[in-house]
Amino acid sequence: MPLDNVVFWVFAPISVASAVGMLLMRNAVHAALFLVVNFFCLAVFFLILDAPFLFAVQIIVYAGAIMVLFLFVIMLLGVDRGDDLRERLVAQRPLALALAAGFVIEIALAVRTGIGFATKAPAGFEAVNDPGNAQAVAKVLFRDYFLPFEVTSVLLIIAAIATMVLGQRKARAVTQAELEAIETTGP
Amino acid sequence: MRTPIAYFVVLSGVLFTLGTLGVLLRKNALLIFMSVELQLNAVNLALVAFSRMHLALDGQVLAFFSMVVAAAEVVVGLAIIVAVYRRRGTVDVDEARGLAG
Repeated sequence: MPLDNVVFWVFAPISVASAVGMLLMRNAVHAALFLVVNFFCLAVFFLILDAPFLFAVQIIVYAGAIMVLFLFVIMLLGVDRGDDLRERLVAQRPLALALAAGFVIEIALAVRTGIGFATKAPAGFEAVNDPGNAQAVAKVLFRDYFLPFEVTSVLLIIAAIATMVLGQRKARAVTQAELEAIETTGP
Repeated sequence: MRTPIAYFVVLSGVLFTLGTLGVLLRKNALLIFMSVELQLNAVNLALVAFSRMHLALDGQVLAFFSMVVAAAEVVVGLAIIVAVYRRRGTVDVDEARGLAG
């Protein structure tokens, strides 16, 4: 059995199990930690798909930055007490599960007709990745996708400003009556 | 690389479906948001798998862009959740019935 096949069959069950664990955990912190496990598994898949640059980015950005932000907000809000899992909508759960089952079957059928379950990736990705994956990605990024790259930088600035605007606590406006009360009683 | 590409795509579909279930079944806005992250990651896996199959790097670049957009989205989304929590004292989506502040 080739090595990447072994890696796939070791990490695929872990990634699915961690996603299910995230779904079922009542405690938001536990769910976030399961999501970190899932992100690490996806990083390993990127590695066996010959994308070491995305492997590093996945660990630094997702498992590092984004999940720390999530955990920070969970701790800040103190919503780690456990979730109310009672369902108030009639038939929401059966309908959701039926939708999920149909979706998985549909994807499997579409993949079978589209690329077939036996199609192996063609050899020769080393030539695409020459001289290295990061350099090759940079070449494509800065030649073919330069305008989207610049638009992305604008998006990041807008996101930073939006967060500051949303996060700031406005001081309460002083009403006319309060102002008069202050003036009559003196400072 | 002897693993068929279809396995990665089907795995990506399964993870995407689990994310969809999370969005549909959970009440905590933070957990719904985490499920959306799971969906974004599943799609990234499909993009990288197809990039490997077609011997082209465009899929990897697109996955990279989707990571950047996801980072921006997380920052704004969490700020909105914090703002909702300050105003209502809960992040349960069933409690947020009205749009008016």
